[in-house]
Amino acid sequence: MAPAPPATAAGPSLVETLFQRSLDDLVKSLRADPSAAGESAAVARALSEIHREIRAADAATKAVALQKLTYLSSLHFAPVASHPLAFPAIELLASPHLPHKRLAYLAASLSLHPASLSLLPLATHQLHKDLSPSASSAAAHRHVSALALQLLASPAAAAAPDLAIHLAHDLVPHLSRGCPRAIAAASRVIASSPSAAVPVLFKPLAACLASPDPRASTAAAAAFCDLSAPPADAAPFLPLAPDLYNLLTTSRSNWALIKVLKVFARLAPLESRLAARIVDPVCQLLTRSAAMSLTFECIRTVLTALPAHDAAVRLAIGKAKEFLAAEDDPNLRYLGLLALGMIGPAYASTVHDCRDVIAQSLGDADSNIRREALHLMMGMVDENNVMDIAGMLVSHAAKSDPEFANEILGAVLAACGRNVYELVEDFDRYASLLADMARSLHCAQGDEIGRQLVDVALRVHDARPELVRSARTLLIDPALLGNHFLCPVLSAAAWISGEYVQFSKDPVELVEALLQPRTSLLPMSVRAVYIHAVFKIITFCFSMYVERLDNSSEAVDAVFDDLAVDQSVGEERNVAHVSGEEQGIRPISVEKDPVSGEEKGIRTHTVEKDPFSHESILYMINLIQTTLGPLVECNEVEVQERARNLIGFIHLAREIQELKERKVNGDKNSRVKELVVTVRAIFCQELGPVSANAQKNVVPPDGLVLENLAELTNIVSEDDTTPSTSVVFHPRSCHSAEVRDEPAVSIGSSSLSEHRKRHGLFYLPTGKAEDEANDYPHANDPLLPASDETVIDDKFKTIEPVLAGKKIKSTKSRPKVVKLDGEDFLSTMVANASVPKEDPLSGAVRGVLLTRDAKPSSSQNVSVIMSEGMLNKTGTCESSSQWMEKRESDLGGDPTSSSRTNKHRDKEKGTDLPEIDGNESRKHRSSSRSGRRQGKHKHRERSSTQPDIVPQAPVIQDFLL
Amino acid sequence: MAWQLHAVLWLLSELEEIGNCAHDHHTVTPLFCRQIHFVLLISRQGKVRLTKWYTPYQQKQKAKTKPLVPLDFLEKVIKEVSALVLDRGPKMCNFVDWQGYRVVYKRYASLYFCMCIDPTDNELETLQIIHHYVEILDRYFGNVCELDLIFNFHKAYFILDEVLIAGELQESNKKAVLRLVTAQDAMVEAAKEEASSLSNIIAQATK
Repeated sequence: MAPAPPATAAGPSLVETLFQRSLDDLVKSLRADPSAAGESAAVARALSEIHREIRAADAATKAVALQKLTYLSSLHFAPVASHPLAFPAIELLASPHLPHKRLAYLAASLSLHPASLSLLPLATHQLHKDLSPSASSAAAHRHVSALALQLLASPAAAAAPDLAIHLAHDLVPHLSRGCPRAIAAASRVIASSPSAAVPVLFKPLAACLASPDPRASTAAAAAFCDLSAPPADAAPFLPLAPDLYNLLTTSRSNWALIKVLKVFARLAPLESRLAARIVDPVCQLLTRSAAMSLTFECIRTVLTALPAHDAAVRLAIGKAKEFLAAEDDPNLRYLGLLALGMIGPAYASTVHDCRDVIAQSLGDADSNIRREALHLMMGMVDENNVMDIAGMLVSHAAKSDPEFANEILGAVLAACGRNVYELVEDFDRYASLLADMARSLHCAQGDEIGRQLVDVALRVHDARPELVRSARTLLIDPALLGNHFLCPVLSAAAWISGEYVQFSKDPVELVEALLQPRTSLLPMSVRAVYIHAVFKIITFCFSMYVERLDNSSEAVDAVFDDLAVDQSVGEERNVAHVSGEEQGIRPISVEKDPVSGEEKGIRTHTVEKDPFSHESILYMINLIQTTLGPLVECNEVEVQERARNLIGFIHLAREIQELKERKVNGDKNSRVKELVVTVRAIFCQELGPVSANAQKNVVPPDGLVLENLAELTNIVSEDDTTPSTSVVFHPRSCHSAEVRDEPAVSIGSSSLSEHRKRHGLFYLPTGKAEDEANDYPHANDPLLPASDETVIDDKFKTIEPVLAGKKIKSTKSRPKVVKLDGEDFLSTMVANASVPKEDPLSGAVRGVLLTRDAKPSSSQNVSVIMSEGMLNKTGTCESSSQWMEKRESDLGGDPTSSSRTNKHRDKEKGTDLPEIDGNESRKHRSSSRSGRRQGKHKHRERSSTQPDIVPQAPVIQDFLL
Repeated sequence: MAWQLHAVLWLLSELEEIGNCAHDHHTVTPLFCRQIHFVLLISRQGKVRLTKWYTPYQQKQKAKTKPLVPLDFLEKVIKEVSALVLDRGPKMCNFVDWQGYRVVYKRYASLYFCMCIDPTDNELETLQIIHHYVEILDRYFGNVCELDLIFNFHKAYFILDEVLIAGELQESNKKAVLRLVTAQDAMVEAAKEEASSLSNIIAQATK
């Protein structure tokens, strides 16, 4: 704003007055060009004009300018900071001319800008004058004082508390006259500066409540309703109760009654006798009032403030149901739903009675009503009806518009998943419900559904068979593959069916589903999960097959000979088939006619009978090779690596057969067995999650200096986000490719060893050689004292109450859902851990530090050893088999049940890793297991109910709880 | 000179506030609990025809709290509310939740009358107030239309001030309101005539 030349500043120019544009002209010019640009240009022009005019000495010119400015600032949000309303307005307030005064008051009461408002105290004297009795006519005076009161009641005045303080006394005569404006202004003044205004104004204001003039009493009731509103404390208004009660029983004005009811709703909880007093009048109003607004206010008052009066509550609920039944008025239906939402838990059953109406409201055209109905539905959920309601809602989501459908799904997922599925008892049903939700038409909640699928699978052992079934239905549906919202769900389903393949009825079908052509639509990260799931399934089938051969050991040789022949046939066919796709990767000794067409036929008869028959295994192998062949050259490292793992594993299995064929040695039986069992062993160990608080409970042994922990955490955190480098591995010669593709090596330890290479200094040595060079033990050394069973028992005791408390509620048996992080539980655990003088764990750690032992038992060590073994190919089978045998004898179990033996209950799970350094070993786990868990690190424990569990000797107590 | 200095200061403060509210999530907290927080009249095209604020709003700010918000914030509020209201179909209820408040609206011809209240307030009563106000406007202008309100915006405000004070209904009798408003108009007209005749006299005298 440039300084105006003195001529215009002083210029009372007659010309300007004569040619000043009136408000009408301004409005017309604004409407002339309705485009945004035209309008803003017109506003800018008008503002510069006003800026000049408003400084005119002539009051008329000034008044018109002010009027135009008011218009622009309140309707066009003109940038009035440079054209403050308040200054000229305050000048014009003093005008004796009524029209000018009126415009000035309007401008002042509409001004909202802080800069304008800071000037408002300048008007104090003028307001005082206008409020005081004057010589002018009574009507004019009343009008002028009304304008002044209006300004005092406006938010502008609330911003200037000084104004209110100075004018409080001027309000009193108007209050005693019972002027409603004065009452409103007084309540505003009291609210903005209570300390100064209450002594002056409160009594006259309270007197207005008892005023015979209904306008005054209504205004006073409204004033007290405002003053007692929630941020303020309602208690000081209790003494007004008699007057208010009087108003409640005598007033005929609905407005006043609504206000009085509001005040009583706040006062009644403070004074129980008051509640008893007002119940009857309120019920009378409720029954006889025809005004819906008053009826609703009565309902609200009863439900929120008088919940102890049964008859009144029932009456109110009855009225609320009438609201709900109003077919033609969406407002009433909405308010009826709101009223139901206010009903306390004591009358929850009445809400249940309305379930049908509420469910019907879910389909209402109005999103507000739908949302409120959903809210009520979710409020009704308890452990008895959760599945019914959830099922009903999910089926409803299919009919709703996408936005609301997802709201429903989100609400169901949140309600069921709340507090570790505390409401869910029937997990089988929940599992299929999750699958239904994923299949729901507009489902965009894939992330949460996928998370819950995996979460339930990890926590609830009994639900796994059903989860596998649900996962199957999701996986075999080719239509779902194109929906990118469902990728997390499919990823979870693939993981579940791979991890818990033992519950699957038809693994062959699963393999087919996981390798179906449309999987190419999936993002690479999900494909990697798919491929890995195939790996697990095929491993499982192999192991079952081998086990079966074992059982009929008397015929082993014969069977194996057959197998060798058959398999070589199948293999060779397949090789020919595949070789076109992966030339040079795998030179194969024998080539036969490529008759790939026949492979398809196999599936139809034999395979369906028995997934572990040798035909089905052949079929699967061939399928895998055909499908994954192209992927070994995929640019995405995760996919490439896993495809190679899988194909490499198959090759290895075949090579043994080839050896047999050439009669190189007769030991192939055990060799196949070793291979299969070894690989299977990798997958069937369940590593338990570690409680986030476990590390705290580990007492570092003397002499163990962990000085670089801070650096470690930095690296750990940054490491998680490091993107994988997209290195393309070129196909290698047969030999090296196969070595590289050794499954256990890459899955178990490749990422781990990579990681170790990078951050070697943060790791305790793991290899034997390193052990020799160094006094540190394995990070996951197995030979910790086995005397921890007592401690384990203690842990059982501590965990039981928690779970028992959960179970007591349920009448039918609910599967055990393991939770870890409950506070009560943790506290007992901490006490438990710290009470013993010689903490068993630290004792164990110390013991390990003194007596190093390289005998591996954890899966990392399995893989480390195996990787070492596999690298020099000839020694592979021997070393791993020797080791496996040793291990089996250690564990005293047969190969297939080694999974079982590792699945110890609760806290034993995953205890193979002693917590010498929690960070590091946790890191180990996450890195070694990342392939299996897809980064879903569970910090909660799981429980297993397998009966055949015997705590094994090398189990080490750690703080997994 | 002093006036210009003021202007510069205001400019500065305005700039500062715009800067502040750019980062703001504009959560609104009313200083007082009022029956009605604001009244808003918008046309079907989203043009604002009347705004009246009964609550000084406060933005939750880290450093200092200002008693009142700059206008561009109010503009934003109005934009949000009108988008919500204009979006709704005819068969829906007259209440929309907005930022923890409830907007009660009703459409009359091409105009939407909106009032923002607390969710604990009485929606039906507010709806009645809207209707009350519209009826008075209708009687005052004689079959009111949008143009009446555009060209006589100050009169719409004067009538609103007779109906609502500080966000409370103050006169529930339509006739009484009309009587008051017409009496004021008459007074103002009389004063105008007097002034114009006076100025005529002066003008003649100075000739």
